[in-house]
Amino acid sequence: MAVNFSIPRAQGAESAEDVMKKSQRAFLYAGSDMKTRVTMRLIAKDGRERIREMTMLRKNTGEAGDQKYFIYFNQPADVRNMTFLAWKHPKKETDRWLFIPALNMVRKVAASDTRSSFVGSDFSYEDISGRDTDYDTHTLVKDEKAGDRDCYVVKSAPKDERGMDYTYKLSWIDRERWLPLKEEYYGRTGSIQKAFTADEVKNIGGYWTVTRRTMKNLENGHRTEVSYEKTEYNKNMEDSLFTERSLKNPSGKWIE
Amino acid sequence: MKLIQSLALSLFMLLVFAPFAHAVDMHGFAQGNYSARITGDQPVRTGASNYLLSEERFQLEIEDRTKDGLAGFFIKSDFFRDGVANTNEVEVREANVSLTKGAFDLKVGRQIITWGTGDLLFINDVFPKDYNALYSGRPIEYLKAPVGGGKLGITTEAVSAEIVIIPAFEANRLPEPSRFYLFNPFPTATANITEKPGGKLSDTELAARLFRYFGSTDVSLYAYRGFSRMPAMMPDNLSNPATVNTFYPPINVYGFSVTGNVLDGVGNLEAGYEDSRSNRSGTNPLIENSRWKAMVGYKKELASEFTAGVQYYIEVPVNHDNYARNLPPGFPKAARYTSYATLRLTKTLWYQTLRLQFFGMYSIYDKDYLMNPEAYYKITDEVSLALGSNIFGGGKNYTNFGSLKKDTNMYTYLRYQF
Repeated sequence: MAVNFSIPRAQGAESAEDVMKKSQRAFLYAGSDMKTRVTMRLIAKDGRERIREMTMLRKNTGEAGDQKYFIYFNQPADVRNMTFLAWKHPKKETDRWLFIPALNMVRKVAASDTRSSFVGSDFSYEDISGRDTDYDTHTLVKDEKAGDRDCYVVKSAPKDERGMDYTYKLSWIDRERWLPLKEEYYGRTGSIQKAFTADEVKNIGGYWTVTRRTMKNLENGHRTEVSYEKTEYNKNMEDSLFTERSLKNPSGKWIE
Repeated sequence: MKLIQSLALSLFMLLVFAPFAHAVDMHGFAQGNYSARITGDQPVRTGASNYLLSEERFQLEIEDRTKDGLAGFFIKSDFFRDGVANTNEVEVREANVSLTKGAFDLKVGRQIITWGTGDLLFINDVFPKDYNALYSGRPIEYLKAPVGGGKLGITTEAVSAEIVIIPAFEANRLPEPSRFYLFNPFPTATANITEKPGGKLSDTELAARLFRYFGSTDVSLYAYRGFSRMPAMMPDNLSNPATVNTFYPPINVYGFSVTGNVLDGVGNLEAGYEDSRSNRSGTNPLIENSRWKAMVGYKKELASEFTAGVQYYIEVPVNHDNYARNLPPGFPKAARYTSYATLRLTKTLWYQTLRLQFFGMYSIYDKDYLMNPEAYYKITDEVSLALGSNIFGGGKNYTNFGSLKKDTNMYTYLRYQF
């Protein structure tokens, strides 16, 4: 039996890494798979609004954190019927393919910048599919409430700042449900550039799910409001849903 | 009149069927698309215009699917006013029925098919292209022309396949002499007879693609038996032709392609052999030689929302010496190799509502080029505006882009999509 010389932690206390890992599992890996209808409202400072509506399928495919995403775009009209496939590998670049129906063409997308905007919203690709927790140094800053929920506040600073659009991030992680309820992205000047809020959390089939969320760019006033509808977990999605065949012929069983 | 009738018929059908249209989806767009020659050259033909495009277009898409998603139909039809030709036109872009059963996906009818890995360069994509649309500044989706026929997809664990059968031949749509300045190798000919294949059952075109993903790397094999989509021309006599026969020589194409991750970007390699079935010896200078074709490409996101792609392409004829020996005196001699280098730069801005793009293609042996800068702005989710230019150049008037030098144009389109 190993002897543990470290000072015993207060009951329920967690390391910052553990908090962030648990949070990612709750936020991005809930269930073995998930289906949801996503509506994004992209709202400019002057109130002008654009809509992105899509059906998203997500499947966990490996213990290491591999996931596959399939997205069918319902709206706006110029991207309707487009489909997008991503195979996420931790520690490796995500594979992405796009299907353009007017040309009946599947193209592998060259996108190494995970901070690029997802479909023109305030969310980056990384904000949607997660950032490997090993890429950041995490420290517990304090315990604080977000709304009426008790939270850990964790500071995450990228180990490699190259290509990053922020210097560190503060996350308010629900101590019980492990979901991020608030995030603040700080820029070089020390001010908040981007802020995330979980605006509605629901229990769906036993999984706490952020069903409404907002990412706001505080520098230009642009914000993106996202809502999840018809979210379902553990639908036994077959692997063949996440292939070229599916890009070209999205299965009517899954896509409304 | 044709246009009015079609529109009236469509409206009638909509009104009749609308109450039953449970989930029949209807979409489309209205668009104005204009393109003008900006070189100052004015063709001397009667009725010649300096506009390459002056059209108002309405596209209607209707589709439905069974509840289980296993069967469906899709119709996409364009109704447009061609102000340059002064005609009203209807074009059925797609009209097909699709059926999925187990490992099989069947699509029968008029459809767009795209194979291969190139960016505006094609080896194993043996399906028709519309260069008239590309060079005059129509939206890029008009690059591919539809074919009629059937496509069967077969999916298995080990390997997947697509098999295409095309009963009626469709040629590439080339820049039209009524709009473009073009090189005419037979200026004295007054008559042109075009013969398209497709009369005989044995003229049916067959194409197959076998493919498999190794991880995220796509490896495809291709085979095609059919006809060149580029015309060959045969004059009745070489010294002073009165009649020119335009025809499409029979070819086979065999090839492969690979697409995968390379050095933080995406790389592609594609090659093929085009067997010129009616000119295997290469002694007929008016029909393309059999040839090897190969290309390699690489694209990478260099900075946030800024992507660069480069390609190199080469064609090597098998019997160029026989071609050169048999070329009639006075004919411009094609270079032994055909080789292109291309560059595409794409930058998106303002929450991806503005896209700035540059495409350049340089022909290394012909020393001619095409450049296409374009700005595309999504004013709202429904309305988009594009402004661009096709710039052609080269030292000789008989090469691909050099012959279009006087047709350098600026184009624009404004579209409302619903």
